[in-house]
Parts: sequence; structure tokens; C-alpha cells
Amino acid sequence: MLNNITLGQYYPVKSPIHSLDPRTKILLTVALIVAVFLVHSLVGYALLLLFLYAVCRVANIPFKMLLRGLKPLRFILLLTFLLNLFFATEGKPLVQWSFITITDSGIRHAVHYSLRLLFLVMGTSLLTLTTSPIMLSDGLELLMSPLKKLHFPAHELAMMMSIALRFIPTLMDETDKIMKAQMARGADFETGNLIARAKAMVPLLVPLFVSAFRRAGDLAMAMEARCYHGGEGRTRLRVLRMGRNDLVAALCVAGLIALLVLEGLLLPGGLF
Amino acid sequence: MKEERLSARDVSYTYEESADPALKKISLSIEAGEFVAVLGHNGSGKSTLAKLMNALYLPTEGQVLVCGMDTADDSRLWDIRRQAGMIFQNPDNQIVATVVEEDVAFGLENLGVPHDVMVPRIKEALKAVRMTDYAESAPHMLSGGQKQRVAIAGILAMQPSCLIADEATAMLDPSGRREVLDTVCRLNREKGITVVWITHFMEEAAQADRVIVISDGEEALTGTPREVFRQVDRMRELHLDVPHMAALAHELREEGMPLPEGILTVEEMAGEVMKLLCPSN
Amino acid sequence: MSIELKQVSHTYSEGSAFQSVALKNISLKIEDGEFVCLVGHTGCGKSTLVQHLNGLLKPTSGQVLVDGEDLNGEHVDRRKLRQRVGLVFQYPEYQLFEETVAKDIGFGPKNLGLDAAQIDARVRRAMERVHMDYNKYAQRSPFELSGGQMRRVAIAGVLAMEPEVLILDEPTAGLDPRGRDRILTMLEELHREGGTIVMVSHSMDDVARLATRVIVLAHGELVMTGTPREIFTRPERMEEIGLGVPDAARLCAELRRRGLDLPEDLYTQAELKEHILRAWKEARRAE
Repeated sequence: MLNNITLGQYYPVKSPIHSLDPRTKILLTVALIVAVFLVHSLVGYALLLLFLYAVCRVANIPFKMLLRGLKPLRFILLLTFLLNLFFATEGKPLVQWSFITITDSGIRHAVHYSLRLLFLVMGTSLLTLTTSPIMLSDGLELLMSPLKKLHFPAHELAMMMSIALRFIPTLMDETDKIMKAQMARGADFETGNLIARAKAMVPLLVPLFVSAFRRAGDLAMAMEARCYHGGEGRTRLRVLRMGRNDLVAALCVAGLIALLVLEGLLLPGGLF
Repeated sequence: MKEERLSARDVSYTYEESADPALKKISLSIEAGEFVAVLGHNGSGKSTLAKLMNALYLPTEGQVLVCGMDTADDSRLWDIRRQAGMIFQNPDNQIVATVVEEDVAFGLENLGVPHDVMVPRIKEALKAVRMTDYAESAPHMLSGGQKQRVAIAGILAMQPSCLIADEATAMLDPSGRREVLDTVCRLNREKGITVVWITHFMEEAAQADRVIVISDGEEALTGTPREVFRQVDRMRELHLDVPHMAALAHELREEGMPLPEGILTVEEMAGEVMKLLCPSN
Repeated sequence: MSIELKQVSHTYSEGSAFQSVALKNISLKIEDGEFVCLVGHTGCGKSTLVQHLNGLLKPTSGQVLVDGEDLNGEHVDRRKLRQRVGLVFQYPEYQLFEETVAKDIGFGPKNLGLDAAQIDARVRRAMERVHMDYNKYAQRSPFELSGGQMRRVAIAGVLAMEPEVLILDEPTAGLDPRGRDRILTMLEELHREGGTIVMVSHSMDDVARLATRVIVLAHGELVMTGTPREIFTRPERMEEIGLGVPDAARLCAELRRRGLDLPEDLYTQAELKEHILRAWKEARRAE
């Protein structure tokens, strides 16, 4: 019973942010990432945080969801912080204890880089929380379509992505079924050392691959029967249109970037 | 004479990896609006026949015509596939998109139909298979019968003249089977769509205008369901069943009861038995 | 060996937003030597129920007792139990994975820790029971076989565990008449040799042919149980649930409705043929 899985992080509610054109959201996320690197002071980070919080409110997403996305990254964040803290060589030493030296610029770097990483992750989380995987792949296809002239397979990649998304629930159901069927024949997936467990996966993986290939063959046949012949001359049911909201969103991000640049000019290098 | 929709002339087909032909010199002609059932056990070549009618396979010998177009004519390929829409056995393996209405749109997108033409056609197709309420559902949440109806809508949207179903009910439960067959019968009756219904369920074949039995790549029997199913011994020789009532009538006839030939349903059987037992009524 | 379900309920993803009740308060007992058929619509809980019989699913509440012992008790070796209760899933041919038919059928016995000679003996026995010639097929790849043959190999894979109870979830789904008949004949033989069988089926004709007892499920509840004769002579009740009865039972009801004097509990074609012939001969004599 794996019917109700949600893919990725997508948080399915209705909001002005959800209904933005995915292209707008992808481009603005890139802009936001660039903006993170413009920030030089805590005031700037506070501004960013305020902005992300506001977007969450508009998007009907609990801010907690955004923070939850950071959880798997907590060790990397900690590592970034510690590495920068202990291995900065320049600056005025503040603490010296055995081989450890902590300098003022070390602290500054540590705070800086961890915060940057934090905001990078939160920014992209916001994109995946408000955009379904299928819209994301659509948006990417359209954004990359100018590259088709350079023989970049934008349509094919998007089609593959969409088929993968369509078949993930089906194959998960199938995995569950095969696993149970082999357990009924005495297979053991749970005990034993690593090698024993890897070997125990063979009765699961072989049928799964055989089935995936069979499905792929069937699907290719069905697609061909419905006149599929690649991306050329194809029209789309789902047409992406940029509207007034997209413009508003773009202006908001532009405003934020302007503020951050201004902040950088007014408070040069003033972290604290 | 009615217009011919699908025809095969001395068609043979041999798979690349095999020495024996899967189909041997089959000839048939299907007219506009006909509902033809093709029966045969697994490996009889009935599936191969279906794929020849949609230019998925090209005959090794002979000629297949779809609405007058030769399937070997590469320039008419998309027109042929649009005219002779096809649905397959496994409902899971023919749905492409993650949303029902987008799956229905798939064929139209491939044909390059403009967006504003597409939208009403999809609506109409979903209505015809009674799946309007599910337009925005995810396919993996639907039942097998519903998935097959979505697949049929995907074909209907392309406005075909023929529908070829390759064991479309084999993996469904009885209610799913009924809902899919009822849908196709209705489309045949109301929209005049020519149907080629490949199956190994005898009760389904009994609803067709004509039955063609394929065995070992050859046409073994053909005729109306009544004509075909009264040949009980011949059908058993071909490893096929006949509907239960046809079998019972056959057994009773062999015991000397003068029942007429061609009984297929419970109601017909009851009527004929009563005529013999209580002639006064 | 007997399997007893005591007030078994099962809820999927309990406590989450997607919670769904699959079984409600089911009590039933499967005795030695029975051929029990489980019928009901897709989604009525049949597949969930059979997975409880060998411990692949645990009841949310209630007990599953095997020979009086709680299947989900603390000290029960569930793997050993799964060997006593063999389960054949829907489309079992999709779980084949070995290079040869013999190796695939031997997978279960190998997991039981048997030696090569014992495994080989079991493989031979299992193949014989599914009517597959050992010399012809044992060393072939299962993926080269026809659909019906693959299914029989998969069933042999479970039979090789030599279970005391065999459970099959729609063993004839998707097969052509010949393949269907082979499987049913095989099950008939297994039962005649004394095996206990539980079969999930959609085909009332198959049920009429094989079952000693029928259990009808609807919306996760047990609504009827009885011999096929008891079940199929209530066509109205079955139609109400949206399930049919065999054509022969329908014909019997139809003839009785039109005034023919027949016993009301006929459901097989052979019985009906005999009664109609007798009535016809009497009618001729009367003339």
C-alpha cells in the first residue's frame, strides 16, 4: 500500500507562489542564490531571513517545513562551521589552546560560510516545496530549449524525468510485492552481514529489473502506437504562461537584491 | 456494400528471432462500424495481428490496409496510427503522464494539435468514457478498469475510425472487464467506431458482430458468434472454450434433446428448454 | 493443520492521513483438507486477508492462530511458519529470478537449509505436481517459457517448500483457457491428495468447480460463508454484493422462475444437465 507517497519535498497546497510559472521560480531561485553571495553583514542575513519567511507565509507553507529541509544537512553545516573556525590562519588570535587557534576572522568566516550554506539550502527548498517535480521538469525543459540548437536533448530529458515520476509508485508497489513473495519462500532480507544481505537482494533485484524492462518495452510500444516521435512538432496541453504574479515576484526579488547591494555599500565588511 | 476499414491480404509475419511464421497468409476485411472479436489461445498469433493493424509491425509478406492506406507507406504512418488507435493488455504500462488529462492529451501533443483544439477534445473523450471526474487524478490511484478507460479516452481524443484492443481486459477483475467492454460497445454503437476486440474470454466474444478464431497463425473459424460457438467440438480441438450455455446445449443435444443450435445466453437457454418441456406456454 | 482468525482487523498506515481500513473484525477457521475459496470485489480485503494467514501482515487487532498457537506471539519462528503455509501471489511468474527452472524452484528449499540431494528431490516432486517434465524443463531458463508455464514454475517454487496449506491469490488471472484449465486441474489433484487449499478467485465457475467452502468478503467484512451450494443458491444476495453466480445456477433460478419444477440448489452444469434431461424424458412420456 504505497499509493500515497509524496515525491521529493513538494508541499501540495494552493498559493500564489505555487501557481507561479516554474521558469520564474527557477530563475528567481538562481537570483536568490547569487544574492546570498552579496551579503556581507548580519543585517543582510536578517533581511534574507525575513524575505524567506514572508515567502513561506504567502506560499501557505509552515516555516518549520523549510527548517526541516536543513536537518539532513546538519552535519555538513557543523563541519563547515568547525573547519572554518579552526583552520583560519590569518587574523588576530583570540583563543590559543594546544594546537587550536581561533582568530577573529576565523569566527567571521565560520559564521559566514555556514549562513551562506544555510540560505542556499533554504532557497532551493523553497523551490522544491512549492513546485511539483513535473512542473520543475517542464520549466527546465523550456529554459533549456534554446540549447536544442546545440543538440542538447532538452525534450528527451524532460520526457524521461516525467516517465520516471509516473512509474516510481508502480515500481515501489512491485518491489513490495516481490519482496513479500520471496519472503514467503523463506528469503531473509533482514539478518546477516553486509555481503549476505547484498546477496539476499538478488531475488528482489532480478525480477524488478526484468519487470522494469518489460514495462519499458510495453510503454515504448504504447507510445509509438499513439504517434510519439520525439519532441519535434509537438504541442503541449500544459502551457506555461507568465502572468502578473510572475512580474510581481521578479520585482520583489529585484528589490531584495537592491537592498542587499545597498547594505553591502553602506556597511562594508561590517559583520558584527 | 459498406466501406472497408481494415483489411489484410495474404499477410504473413515472421519474428526476426524465430524461424516459423507467427502468421501465415491471413486475409480478412473489416467494415466500418463492425465489432469483430478475435479469439485464440496464447501464441496463436492474435496479438501479432493486432500490431500489424497499427503499423507497429510491417507484414513480411502481403499487405495491410488501414482506411485504404498501406501500412508499409512510411509517409502515412502517423495518419494510420491515428486512424487505428490501439489499447494494450497491461493498464499500467500504457499510461505515460502523471495526470489523467495529460495522458489523454499525449496522442494529440504528438500529432501537434493546437492547444485550443486539444482542450475540448480531451473533455469530450473523458466524458465518452465517463471519467470526467478523474481528469486531474494521478493514474496510479485508479482501478484497472478506470486505467483502461483512460487509455481508451487517449485514443478517442485522436478521433480514430477504428479501435484495436489487444486483450484489454485480460488483467482486470469481472467488474473492470464489464466496465471496459460496456464502454467499447457503447462507442461502437453510438459513434460508429470500428472495433477489433482481441480476447480469450468467450462471453466477451459472444457480444461481437463477428468472431474470427486464429490458431497457429491461421484463420481457423469465422462467422457470427452463434455460428462459431455451436461448433463446440471444433473449438475444443483448438483449445478454446465456448460459453457455458452453448456447451450445455451441445451436451443436451447429444443426449437427443432437440434444442436449436446457436444458444448463447442463460435467457435463450431457459426459453428453449421451456418450449420443449411445456409446449403449451 | 488449522488456521483460525479471531476478530482480525487490519488498518493500513494507521494514524496517518492516509489511513485505510482493509479488514474489519474477521473471524474464520480453515480446517485440514478444506478447499476454501475467497471471493469479493477488488479492494474488498481478500489480498490483505491471505497475507495474514502466513504472517506477512500483522493484524492491527485480533489474533491469527495456527494449530491454536498465536502466529504473532513472541516466541514464534515466523520463517518456519511461512514454510508450513505456502503463499502464491498474483502473477507469481514475475518473481522468478534464477538462471534455470530447477534453481528457481530450489530457492525455497535452499533457504530451509536442505542439502543438494534433498533440494533436487523436492524440485523433482514439485515439478511433477505442476505437470512439468523435469528432463525437458529443469535446465531451461524460466524466462524462455510461455506465460502459463512460467506460472506453473512459480507455483512449483512454493510447493517445493512442501507447505501443509497452500494459499493462492488469483492463480488463473490473465491466462488463456488452456492455461487456466491446467492450473485448476493441478489444484484439484493437490486437494484430492489431501492438501488444504485457500484460493482467491474472481471466477464463480472456478469456485463452483473446486471449492468445498466459499467465503464472501465485501468492504473488509465477512458477509457470507458456506458450501458453494449454499452460496450459489442465493443469487439475489450475491448480485446485491455485485458478484455473480455460475451460469448454471442462474439458469436453474431462471427455469424455476418460469415454472419448471427443479430443486433450487443446483449450481453445476452436470447436475443441471441431468435434471433437464430427466424432466424432458418425463414430459415426453406424459405426451
